[in-house]
Amino acid sequence: MNLTLKVWRQKSPNAPGRFITFQADGVIPDMSFLEMLDVVNEGLIEKGEDPIAFDSDCREGICGMCSLVINGVPHGGHKGTATCQLHMRHFKDGDTITIEPWRARAFPIIKDLVVNRWAFDRIIQAGGFISVSTGGAPDANAIPIPKADQDQSMDAAACIGCGACVAACKNASAMLFVAAKVSHLSLLPQGKVERHRRVTNMVKAMDAEGFGACTVTGSCEAVCPKEINLTFIARMNREYLAAWFKGK
Amino acid sequence: MNLDAKIPSGPLEKKWDRYRLEMKLVNPANKRKFDVIVVGSGLAGASAAASLAELGYNVQCFCFQDSPRRAHSIAAQGGINAAKNYTNDGDSIFRLFYDTIKGGDFRAREANVYRLAQVSVNIIDQCVAQGVPFAREYGGLLANRSFGGAQVSRTFYARGQTGQQLLLGAYQALSRQIGLGAVKMYPRTEMLDVVLIDGHAKGVVARNLVTGEISSHAADAVVLATGGYGNVFYLSTNARGCNVTAIYRAFKKGAAFANPCYTQIHPTCIPVSGDHQSKLTLMSESLRNDGRVWVPKSTGDKRPPRQIPESERDYYLERKYPSYGNLAPRDISSRAAKEVCDEGRGVGSGGLGVYLDFADAINRLGQRTIAERYGNLFSMYETITGENAYEVPMRIFPAVHYTMGGLWVDYHLMSTIPGLFVLGEANFSDHGANRLGASALMQGLADGYFVIPYTIGHYFVSAKQAKASTSHPEFKKAEEEVKVRTEKLLSIRGRRTVTSLHRELGKLLWDKCGMARHEAGLKEALRKIPELREEFWRNANVPGENQDFNQALEQAGRVADYMEFAELLCLDALNRRESCGGHFRTEFQTEDGEALRDDQNFAFVSAWEYQGPAKPPALHKEPLVYEEVKMTQRSYK
Ligand SMILES: Cc1cc2nc3c(=O)[nH]c(=O)nc-3n(C[C@H](O)[C@H](O)[C@H](O)COP(=O)(O)OP(=O)(O)OC[C@H]3O[C@@H](n4cnc5c(N)ncnc54)[C@H](O)[C@@H]3O)c2cc1C
Ligand code: SF4
Ligand code: FES
Repeated sequence: MNLTLKVWRQKSPNAPGRFITFQADGVIPDMSFLEMLDVVNEGLIEKGEDPIAFDSDCREGICGMCSLVINGVPHGGHKGTATCQLHMRHFKDGDTITIEPWRARAFPIIKDLVVNRWAFDRIIQAGGFISVSTGGAPDANAIPIPKADQDQSMDAAACIGCGACVAACKNASAMLFVAAKVSHLSLLPQGKVERHRRVTNMVKAMDAEGFGACTVTGSCEAVCPKEINLTFIARMNREYLAAWFKGK
Repeated sequence: MNLDAKIPSGPLEKKWDRYRLEMKLVNPANKRKFDVIVVGSGLAGASAAASLAELGYNVQCFCFQDSPRRAHSIAAQGGINAAKNYTNDGDSIFRLFYDTIKGGDFRAREANVYRLAQVSVNIIDQCVAQGVPFAREYGGLLANRSFGGAQVSRTFYARGQTGQQLLLGAYQALSRQIGLGAVKMYPRTEMLDVVLIDGHAKGVVARNLVTGEISSHAADAVVLATGGYGNVFYLSTNARGCNVTAIYRAFKKGAAFANPCYTQIHPTCIPVSGDHQSKLTLMSESLRNDGRVWVPKSTGDKRPPRQIPESERDYYLERKYPSYGNLAPRDISSRAAKEVCDEGRGVGSGGLGVYLDFADAINRLGQRTIAERYGNLFSMYETITGENAYEVPMRIFPAVHYTMGGLWVDYHLMSTIPGLFVLGEANFSDHGANRLGASALMQGLADGYFVIPYTIGHYFVSAKQAKASTSHPEFKKAEEEVKVRTEKLLSIRGRRTVTSLHRELGKLLWDKCGMARHEAGLKEALRKIPELREEFWRNANVPGENQDFNQALEQAGRVADYMEFAELLCLDALNRRESCGGHFRTEFQTEDGEALRDDQNFAFVSAWEYQGPAKPPALHKEPLVYEEVKMTQRSYK
C-alpha cells in the first residue's frame, strides 16, 4: 500500500518545527510502524537527506523508549499497544498519517520526534523505591503476600514509563505514571513502611517538573500501552491524603 | 598474556567464603575516596552501580538509552533461577551448579558457576525486599515454574515480564542513589573507549548522543556491563541498540576476548516475515512447559494444522528426547527445528517454522489457566502475526538470542586489564557453550549485587594506584582517536546505507556461522568479511554531522565494530574443531546427530588477544579443570 506521512520535523530544542510531507510506497501489512519509518529513512539517506529522528530500542513494547503521536493519538490508539508493536495491517492504501512527538512542557523536544523524559526519572529518584540496600534481606518467603495484592501490585508495576499518559492529557499531567509506581510499592508489605514519605516526595517532584493537574478525564488510561487502570490514581490520592493528615 | 583465573584454593563449596574472608577490605571512611565508572544500566550495571554507591564509592554510570530503566534486560520474559528448593523437588545449590555446567556442555569455569549457584538464593531475597512482585500461590508464598535443561522447578517469574520487574528493582535502587547524589548518571551517552594509564584502566571516553560532545571521565576502576553482541547477526531478539562496541574497544586496548563463537540460538521465536524486518521477537521458553512442538510427518504437507490428524504429526522433541521432551535445552531444540525444516517439513510460508501447539494444554487446564500463565505472550503473538494462538498453533523458528562469549574475566570478574571489570552478558564466565533459560538474569544480578561489591575493594587495596586525572595525555589521545574516527565515518558519503551493509554481514554470519558451521563455510566468511568491511569504509553513507543528535552516526559506529568483530567470531569458530553447546560444527557430530565434544583437545577457554590492525589476534588458552564434576556426554534422552 502507498501512504502519505505528515511528520513533525524540528532540528533542535529551540528551533521552530513544522510538518513535512513524505511518501511511503510499497508498505507491507506485516511491517511494524517503526519498520515502515525505517524504510522511509533508508530512502532519505540514499537521497542524502537527514533521516527522521525517533526513539526506539526493544521494539517489543516493553522498554518504553518509542513515543509517537499517530493521527493525534499517542501510540496510535490500539488497545494495549505501544508504537513499536503497531502493525501496518491497521492502515489502508491511500491513508494520510500525521506523526508528532509527545508534547508536554516537562518533555522538551530534542529533535524531530524525540523528546527528553528525564523528568520521569527525577520523580522516581525523589521516592519511587523501597529504601533497602544490598545484603541482609530476609528470606523471600518470610512474609507471605496475598496473591490478590501481588497481582494488583503487578498490574501497576507493568508501567513502562513511556509518557503516553502525559502526552494524551490536556493538562500534561503525570498522575497515571506516578500513581502506578506509588500503587505498585504500597500494595506490598515491603513498601508499606515508607509509603507516606514516598507519596509526598513523589508528588512534590512531579509538581516541580511542571506536569499539570489531574482532572480525571481518563484520556491517559485510554492510550496506556500497559492498560494501567485509573483506579490507581484514586488509590494514590487516598495515600496522599493519609500522608498529609499524618504530617499535620 | 597471563590468564590466571585466581580461583581460591580449597573445596569448591568453601571457595567463595574463603575468598571473602581473605580478601582485603577498604575501610568505610575511605570508600568515598574511590571513583568507579559503571558502563551499562541493565541488570548487571544497575545492580553494581547501586550496590557500590550504597557502600560509599563515588559512582558514574552510563547508558545509551534516555533512561537507565530501558536497558535491554527489561525485555527478558521467562524468569530467573535460584536454588531455593521452595518446591521441595530435590533442588540444591549443587544441582543448580551441575545443571548449569552440564547445560553449558562442560565449557564453563567450575568455581565461578558454583558461586553463581550459591548467591542465587540471596538474589531472590534481595529482589523481594525491593518490591519485585514475583508470582505467588494462593497461600502467599512464591510460585515457581520449570525451564529448559532442568528437571526441577526453580524459576521465579513475574508474569511474562520478569526482566522488567527485576530491572525496575535495580533501577529503583540506582535511582535512590542518584537522588542521594552518590551516583552521577549519564543517559544518552555512549562509551567509545577505555583509557589505560600505566596498564591500569583509569577511565573512559564517551560521546553525548544529544550534542555530539566527546568527553573524558576518570576513575579508579572501570566496570563494563554493556550486554551482549547478538546484533552482529543483524536480526536477533536483542534490542536495536545492543552492541559490541564497548567490549570490542576494550579488546583493542588489550582485554582478552573469550569464546566469541559461543552464541545462543533460541528455539522459540516468531519466524521472519520479510526483508524489512528490524528484529525478531522471542516467545518465552516458558511456553514449552505447556506447548508441544511438532511438524507434519510427511514433507510438503500444506494442510492447515488443525486438519492434520494426530497420527500424521511428528512431536519430534518428545520422540527424540523422551525424558526432557519439549524442555530439551535450547541448542538441542534449535538444531532439531533446523533439521526438520531442512528435511522440508517446516511450516508457514517459506517453510522456516515449526508448530508450538497449546491445544492439549487448553483441553487439560482450560483456556483461563493458559491465559493466566502466558496471556501477554499470546497477545504479543497476535499483535505481530495477526493470529490467535488459542485457536491455531503458534509458528516458531530459532533466532539469535544470547552471546555466551565476552571479555575474559578471572574469579574477581576482572579482565586481563587490571582495574577493568566486566559483568553480565558482556563477560564469558558462567554459561560455557550454552546458557540455560533463566540463568542470564541470575548471573547479571549475582555479578552486580553480590560479587563486584567485594572484589572491587580488594583491587583498590592491593593495586595501590595513584589517582588519575582527565588532563593526562592518555585521555587526550583517546579523545582525539574517537574524534578522528567519527569524522572519518561522516566523510565517506558513499552510496550504501549502513543498514544494508549490516544486513549483508548478518546474513553471511547466519548462513556460515549460525546454527551449523563447517570449515569451508567459515573460511568463506573469513574471506568475505574483510571485503565487506572494505566496502563499508569506502561506500557507506553516514549522513549528518557530529555536533548533533545523529542516530545514523551512532549506528554506523556500532556497525563498524561489528565489521571487525565478525572476523574474530568466525576465526574462533574455525579454530574450535569440535562441537559443543551452541557451537555446532557439522564435521563433529555423533551418529545420531548430537554435538561431539573433544575434551582431549578442546577443554579450554579460547582467549584472543588483539595484535594490531594488520595482524591476526593471538590465541591463549585457559585450561578447564573440573575438580567436582566429571565431564560426560550430555544426554537429554
Ligand atoms: C527477548 C529476551 C528475553 C530474555 N529472557 C530471559 C529470561 O527469561 N531469563 C534470563 O535469565 N535471561 C533472559 N534473557 C537474557 C537476558 O535478558 C540478558 O542476558 C541480560 O538481561 C543482560 O543483562 P546485562 O545487564 O548484562 O546487559 P543489558 O541489559 O543489555 O544492558 C546493557 C547496558 O549497557 C549499556 N551500554 C551498552 N553499550 C554501551 C556503550 N557503548 N556506552 C554506554 N552504555 C552502553 C546499555 O545502555 C544498557 O544500559 C533474555 C534476552 C532477550 C533478548
Ligand atoms: S502509565 Fe501507561 S502511558 Fe503512562 S508511562 Fe506508564 S505505561 Fe506509559
Ligand atoms: S521500542 Fe521498546 S517499547 Fe517500543
